Amino acid sequence: MSKDMFQPKILGFLCNWCCYAAADAAGVSRYQYPPNLRTIRVMCTGRLDPAFILKGFAEGADGIFTGG
Amino acid sequence: MDEYNEGLALTRPIHIDYPQAVPATYYIDPKACLYLTHGTCQICVPACRSNAIDFSQTAEERQLSVGAVIMAPGFGRIPDETLAKFSYGKHPDVVTSIEFERLLNPSGPSVGEVRCISDRRHPKRIAFIQCVGSRDLGCNNGYCSSVCCMYAIKEAMVAKEHDPDLDITIYYMDMRTQGKDFDAAQKRAVEQYGIKFVRARVADVMPWGNSLKLTYSTLAGRHGFEPFDMVVLSVGLDAPASAKELSEICGFDLNTYDFCKTSTFAPLTTSKEGVLVAGAFQGPKDIPESVTQSSATAGLAAGLLQKQRGDGYIVKDYPQEKKLGKNEEPRIGVFVCRCGINIAGVVDVPAVDASLQDMEGVIYHSESLYSCSQDAQEMIKQKIKEHNLNRIVIAACSPRTHEPLFQETLKDAGLNRCLFEMVNIRDQCSWVHANEPEEATRKSKDLVRMGVAKARLIQPLAEQTVPVTPKALVIGGGIAGMTVALNLAEQGFHTSIVEKNAELGGNLKRLKYTVTASDPAVLLQQCLEQVKNHKLIDVCTSSEIAAINGFVGNFSSVIKTTKGKKVTEQTIDHGVVVIATGGKEHRPAKVLGSEIVYSNRVVTQQELEERLAGKAKSLDFVVMLQCAGSRGDDLAYCSKICCTQAVKNALKIKEINKKSQVIVLYRDMRTYGFNEDAYRQAREQGVIFIPYSMEKKPIITSKTNKVTISFFDPILQEEVIITPDLLALSVGVVPEGTEEMSKLLKIPINENKFYLEAHVKLRPVELSVSGVYVCGLAHSPKPLDEVIVQAQAAAAKAAMPLVKGLVSVEPIVSHVNKDLCIGCGLCESLCPYQAIRIQKVDKTRIAETIVASCKACGICASHCPTFAINMGGFTNDQIIAQIEAFGKS
Repeated sequence: MSKDMFQPKILGFLCNWCCYAAADAAGVSRYQYPPNLRTIRVMCTGRLDPAFILKGFAEGADGIFTGG
Repeated sequence: MDEYNEGLALTRPIHIDYPQAVPATYYIDPKACLYLTHGTCQICVPACRSNAIDFSQTAEERQLSVGAVIMAPGFGRIPDETLAKFSYGKHPDVVTSIEFERLLNPSGPSVGEVRCISDRRHPKRIAFIQCVGSRDLGCNNGYCSSVCCMYAIKEAMVAKEHDPDLDITIYYMDMRTQGKDFDAAQKRAVEQYGIKFVRARVADVMPWGNSLKLTYSTLAGRHGFEPFDMVVLSVGLDAPASAKELSEICGFDLNTYDFCKTSTFAPLTTSKEGVLVAGAFQGPKDIPESVTQSSATAGLAAGLLQKQRGDGYIVKDYPQEKKLGKNEEPRIGVFVCRCGINIAGVVDVPAVDASLQDMEGVIYHSESLYSCSQDAQEMIKQKIKEHNLNRIVIAACSPRTHEPLFQETLKDAGLNRCLFEMVNIRDQCSWVHANEPEEATRKSKDLVRMGVAKARLIQPLAEQTVPVTPKALVIGGGIAGMTVALNLAEQGFHTSIVEKNAELGGNLKRLKYTVTASDPAVLLQQCLEQVKNHKLIDVCTSSEIAAINGFVGNFSSVIKTTKGKKVTEQTIDHGVVVIATGGKEHRPAKVLGSEIVYSNRVVTQQELEERLAGKAKSLDFVVMLQCAGSRGDDLAYCSKICCTQAVKNALKIKEINKKSQVIVLYRDMRTYGFNEDAYRQAREQGVIFIPYSMEKKPIITSKTNKVTISFFDPILQEEVIITPDLLALSVGVVPEGTEEMSKLLKIPINENKFYLEAHVKLRPVELSVSGVYVCGLAHSPKPLDEVIVQAQAAAAKAAMPLVKGLVSVEPIVSHVNKDLCIGCGLCESLCPYQAIRIQKVDKTRIAETIVASCKACGICASHCPTFAINMGGFTNDQIIAQIEAFGKS
């Protein structure tokens, strides 16, 4: 990947039971993916207040990922 | 050789079989280790920095004193000689279904891509051959392996998902998809996936140029051959290789096929007292039934060991928990794990550690080689003491696997276990960015900063427990309900049975004999007497449930009893509910499009059974019609029991008069498992089985004194009209009263009105509401032995909260701030678990969490308009702090 390319900052909210578990499994299987994601674990994506997403953008996220 | 991948891949001599292996500990394969085979090498000994390799270990023999033994050795493999006739071993592209399963698996040898083993090309045409090593006296396996039809369909569908252009044909004798909702899967395989099903026997598979030639013969006697790139043999389940040895050591009997011998009424009890059996060793079966059996044997063993319950327990002591002052400054300790080279090989761990210098609230930080090792735990405890730390952050692997371990260390050090945060820099960082060390290091620093930001705001959370009323309520007094009650009473718990009819017994009262020639009347009598005489069992007949309130451990039910004109109500408290409300024979008004006039000449199988058990007059000519009103005719599903019931009645007719003629018209004979023996016996005795298809349905003309059936005979290839003395309809089973109960308890039912279990495979007797369990025909149609097993399993599961005496709650549940709550009720209406309710306090309405039912999802917290609800360990402040820390990268 070229260093000059746009590198988005992505904030992720991952459900403990599915997406967070899947992200662990991706690691165990050594699947490689771009390192632009920073994650916050929640017990369910139902926990997400829309305010969290707006706050994420306000803090400079280029994208928000929710996995649940 | 990687044995887990069926030898289709290579692995290292020191390995874990697969990521989910239990225990997930590396081991040395003695067949591949150079030291163990040739006495050389030992390079691993100095390489392991934890000194974990010790070649001086040898096998040891130990003696254990136990009160019960559970046999669960699983199943064995069909011998290669049986597979050789399909060119297995001669051509690499003839594979077993187990090998094919590995090929399909993303963690398998070809990373989930289906390729021919011969030249790695993508196959275009694949054939499945059913009944390899099953229903085959040639290899002495007369039984049906029960699971192969369904797994073949599953594998074919998964293969089609990988490559939609694949052309897949399944060659079968009968499609035996008798399990709950399995027929629906077969329908999907045909309609959505375009998988072809051909009823034919495969005579031969031969190498043919680059591919394989498959020769088959159909029912009509037509021979054909087809080319395929790959042939999958749907291998059956053999008895385990260790069967004979185990039976000799333990002294229990095997059946003729070397599976464990048990009886219909005690399906999990071996001939040796105290030795129980579960899983495929009891007879071929799939996952839900194996899981059910394992729970059931655990419950039976708990009954045997009831007097010793609690013996040998060691309760761990923890030091007094340090109180944390409300405004006490956070003193955070951060430990960044190297995980050997797993993290440190990619992430610059010293740089991550250095980034913690001067971070707000961080008092101590260091690297550790393996933070989960014993010595590291001691070090953490020591540092907590030394620096008076009151929050701990570990940057290492996943909290899903390691959080409990570190929380234990916190408890040992006198800290509340919730004063802990874990940052995942291995599974979700170093392992997935192996080629980008700089970016991985940057990500680790960000994640650690976010973790510390959250840690600053973490507060201790109290451990919560809810007491349990040690009583059970069983709804339904058939064999399932009685079995549950007896099992729970045996374990020492008071149980009330509520039965809507005037007496106990349910469908068992109408069952006259079984295919294994056992007498159901004896079982019924025994059960009735035991239930009557057991002082821990109460029975309310002619009664119904008027209301159920409460939650796991604390239910309260109103029971309405109607005796004549007198209606009484009583309320009982109980900790668990087992639903065993059963089902009944379906009576379709139309069968295969023909109107049915039920009469002396047109009866159901159950009515025929009662007639045959009475003063039986021999019948000259009987026709049985399978799937009458089932499998898409009237009911959508297969009722699982009707094929065996038909064979049983056909054999009885032949027993009464050998000369009677019996014709069975069927779609697929589903005499799965050892019932295949009875099916074979029926054919040997001259019962004629003729398949029909839904394209050419039999036509029934029924009048009160005459019945005529016309059908297409696929062997004669022409229409046949017959006029039997009696037509017996195999009509299937419908559940009773599930809709009402589902409203009372807020538990889901499926589209066929059977209860929907919490997880079809892993939690087959639990329902989605905690503390509510299901068994018997209310779950799905099933034969008597499976009903008994399921009831034993439900009892075992229901006993768990009763034995514990309390329900423990993870402290991360929701919490309502009563001062902020406006009682709008939004949370109550949204909660998927009925775990939050509006209570009237004084004159206001206020939400209250039922902690025992809360699953900590946080839907209530995210929707609360006044921010009155917070989640333990995932508060708004903490999440906002994490987001702000994210912004600082």
